[in-house]
Amino acid sequence: MRGLTRVSVTAEGGTRRSRWAIHGPAAVAFGVFVLLVIAAIGAPWLSPFDPRDGRILDSLTAPEGLGANAHLLGTDALGRDVWSGILHGARISLVVALASVAGAGLIGTAIGLLAGYFRGWTDEIVMRLVDVQMAFPFIILAITIMFILGRGLTNVIVVLIVTSWPLYARVIRAETLRLRDAEFVVAARVVGCGTARVMLRHVLPNAVTPLIVVATFAVPQMIIFEAGLSFLGVGMPAAVVSWGTLIADGRSYLDQAWWISTFPGIALMLTVLSINILGDWLRDRLDPRLRNL
Amino acid sequence: MRWIASRMWTFVARRLLTAAIVVFGVVTTIFVLARLTGDPVSLMIQPGMGEKDIAELRASLGLDRSIAEQYFRFLGQAIQGDFGRSPWQLTSAFGLVVERIPATLLLTATALGFSLLVALVVGGLSALFRDSLLDRAAMALVLIGQSIPSFWLGLMLILLMAVELHLLPSAGYGGWAHLVLPAFTLGLFSLARLTRLIRSELLDVLSREYVTTARSKGLPEGLVLRRHALRNIVVPIVTVLAVDFGLLMGGAVIVETVFAWPGIGRLMIQAIGQRDFPIIQAGVFMIAMLVVGINLLADLLYAWLDPRIRYS
Repeated sequence: MRGLTRVSVTAEGGTRRSRWAIHGPAAVAFGVFVLLVIAAIGAPWLSPFDPRDGRILDSLTAPEGLGANAHLLGTDALGRDVWSGILHGARISLVVALASVAGAGLIGTAIGLLAGYFRGWTDEIVMRLVDVQMAFPFIILAITIMFILGRGLTNVIVVLIVTSWPLYARVIRAETLRLRDAEFVVAARVVGCGTARVMLRHVLPNAVTPLIVVATFAVPQMIIFEAGLSFLGVGMPAAVVSWGTLIADGRSYLDQAWWISTFPGIALMLTVLSINILGDWLRDRLDPRLRNL
Repeated sequence: MRWIASRMWTFVARRLLTAAIVVFGVVTTIFVLARLTGDPVSLMIQPGMGEKDIAELRASLGLDRSIAEQYFRFLGQAIQGDFGRSPWQLTSAFGLVVERIPATLLLTATALGFSLLVALVVGGLSALFRDSLLDRAAMALVLIGQSIPSFWLGLMLILLMAVELHLLPSAGYGGWAHLVLPAFTLGLFSLARLTRLIRSELLDVLSREYVTTARSKGLPEGLVLRRHALRNIVVPIVTVLAVDFGLLMGGAVIVETVFAWPGIGRLMIQAIGQRDFPIIQAGVFMIAMLVVGINLLADLLYAWLDPRIRYS
């Protein structure tokens, strides 16, 4: 199968390229993503200033470009360096996105597997729950829960998990419904595999491709949601530097200091864009039929 | 014929029942969640109020009863369209929500309508001139459009169009000029998604044999597009529009905040902050009804748009 795919690519491109070769926009996107990860990991060492500590004398400094002690992308009203804030904000964005996708993916997969495999009442209840969440405006649900839990990193992750698990549950349920009566699954049952074993060893591995695709596209969504919640003042605490809080800070100074909101937003957009492009690339390689997922 | 009609009515009845269950679930969830955010009375205490005054205030809001009692009272009244009085605004919560709904609907409808129109043109041209410069540019813009967070886009549009160029008002509610920026901000994501969908669906349809046949019998291209191509992509477009309507009702909360648009979203954010349970409940009920209603409508439209679809 894999050999066949390779041949077709060769026929089209003329040169021998693996189907996983990365070039064009996907390569650029990959580069941006790598830079993001480097920024997130190395923020404390790469930042020229402490993003939480500003000199009030430097308040609202316009971008100064490169130079020792220069504020590359300017400062906010409290004199805090915007560039350092963006580097530190990358950490929050990545941690929140990865943790919430992992958490919601795990919970959603488990629920979807159970609903699709057992059908009947389990399925009915789960699907109604999913329906209820779909009819519930996400942002109002999220804001309400943030008001209950209070601002903070863990709570943002919890809210994103609570609000996004149906995404995975629906996909896995549909796959499980399709697979549960497949010959190899029936065969596994016939030879005496337990229910858990059938679900985890026979159904799940065959449902994993759409799961990966959904999860990949969920990462930028979660990054946007975290920033959105922080922007509205219910996500990360104001003292924590995240892209959302930075953009919110700049909102009151749009007419005097455009750079405060602009640059963190560009970082946010480039991040989301690059992961979306990588997602497209990955999906086209794993299974182009998942385009309408 | 008659059994087909009766099957449709069974389908409608079943869908109405699930819709009712879903709205009931939404309303119950928000009833519980709202109460978990805290005690509204603690926000209303004024200096000089004694224990007795506070107890009276609590009783007047019906919060001295047990949660179960509050819940059944709430359900009983909600069924009759009575969501209680807002303790802050001192009028009917449902009335306040109804007052705000037109602004939000105007915003979402404009955003969706504009998105659909542009997406049809751009997506159509992209499909007809596949791999042309236009197609590539459109697809690049689509990717970018799907990646811009709305709240930031809103700020940037205010910065450019209002602060720098003084072309459009930065916020508020009024004539058409006030609608442009919020509607574009809210609609861009759908615009991108719809353009992509229309392009790929059209490409699929245009490669079908019946289109080749239509072309080879000499039909003008416009007729081929209208009668053979567009007709066959209406169903997926309606599906996405219905889903996007729900997403936009949620997105409106953020966009209304950015542009100080007096819709239901801003009312809700304020109500959540003030623990104004009646408004929170009435607002969530209203949004859920609209979202569920639109999706029900879409389900019914399918059979009308595509007679091959049968309800089961």
